[in-house]
Amino acid sequence: MIEFHLDARSGVAPYLQLIHQVRQALRLGLLREGDQLPTVKDVVARLAINPNTVLKAYRELEYQGLAAARPGIGTFVTGTLSGASLAAHGPLRRDLRRWLAKARRAGLDDESIEALFLNTFRSASEEDIA
Amino acid sequence: MTAVLEARELGKRYRRLWALADCTLSIPAGHVVGLVGPNGAGKTTLLSLAVGLLAPTAGTIEVLGGRPPASPAQLARVGFLAQDAPVYAGLPVADHLRLGAHLNPGWDAELARSRIERLDLDPGQKAGKLSGGQRAQLALTLAVAKRPELLILDEPVASLDPLARREFLQDLMEAVAEQGLSVVLSSHLVADLERVCDYLIVLVGSRVRAAGPVEELLATHHLLSGPRRDPDTLPAGQEVISASHTDRQTTLLVRTSDPVLDPAWTVSEVGLEDLVLAYMSQATRRGRRNHHLEVQK
Repeated sequence: MIEFHLDARSGVAPYLQLIHQVRQALRLGLLREGDQLPTVKDVVARLAINPNTVLKAYRELEYQGLAAARPGIGTFVTGTLSGASLAAHGPLRRDLRRWLAKARRAGLDDESIEALFLNTFRSASEEDIA
Repeated sequence: MTAVLEARELGKRYRRLWALADCTLSIPAGHVVGLVGPNGAGKTTLLSLAVGLLAPTAGTIEVLGGRPPASPAQLARVGFLAQDAPVYAGLPVADHLRLGAHLNPGWDAELARSRIERLDLDPGQKAGKLSGGQRAQLALTLAVAKRPELLILDEPVASLDPLARREFLQDLMEAVAEQGLSVVLSSHLVADLERVCDYLIVLVGSRVRAAGPVEELLATHHLLSGPRRDPDTLPAGQEVISASHTDRQTTLLVRTSDPVLDPAWTVSEVGLEDLVLAYMSQATRRGRRNHHLEVQK
């Protein structure tokens, strides 16, 4: 089971934040097929948000084929986003940590590391498209 | 979907002052409705008319299909929590529940008992000795345990500290999820309501300035910024809610159901709080004379 949180200052609609958190959890393997999502009642009691917001997020997840509602019981995960790639996460994370340590030794601060990563990520994606 | 509250040209006058004027509204069932507006805008008057504590001077109001207070049966379907969550200071918590059971035909004793237990309220404690947050929770328990279809709350969180405020709203939303009731709650702070409401009514200067589903309001209001320009030159479908100018730049908040196509504008989305504040300042501006803008070349 996962626990939702809301960032009130992000400007992102609350139902989109819930969807994003489910997708993120699926990608990281925190949620797997068959897992139950928190009930609407639990989510609203925790976050003090409108029940319709949660219902809307869950409907959208159903539409994306990632979840299904079982009437009277709750909403369950039916899809996956990590696929076979999950096994590769461990080694990749180790490589990334090594790279981060190297960047720090070279004198980069957090902001520079983030900027360098995003910049490289974007230019690499653009090259892939081209 | 049926309307839980329907008002037609509703008005209430105290001597020579109209506390509410020309109010036409139709609130569909199944929403948590936020009634926002500055102090003295007429929020309490509208809610008091809805529960039958006041009679209209003009127009009509129907709540759950009847004119309040139509009958004891109609009143039993409406829960009301007045401002500052009134309780009987000299009566213990348990006696409040006993009172609720005697006065309400649909009283859910089990719900009331389990709520009091979960809130950790001592049944023997006199209500006057409770904290502000506990008092509000006790009043909410009474209102929810009568199992209403519509729950009306007047400034329920205004006097609570941030933690009690959050706990109160959590509890309220849980009741909405469990019982599927419709809620109308008022506040002079939109930030209190932003998370919980999916329908908003903006009441300023005794008049309804905007009303509708929150998503629809957000989708039809845009913030435009661009080179300085007279708002009167905008296309017919764009209603200016607020305008501000520097010597070079104009910033407008407009309401329109059509997309804004003029490439001179940078269009951005508006948050709920900015939207409400724009309507509030619009009303203030209207009170002043000479608000026309001179455009300099």
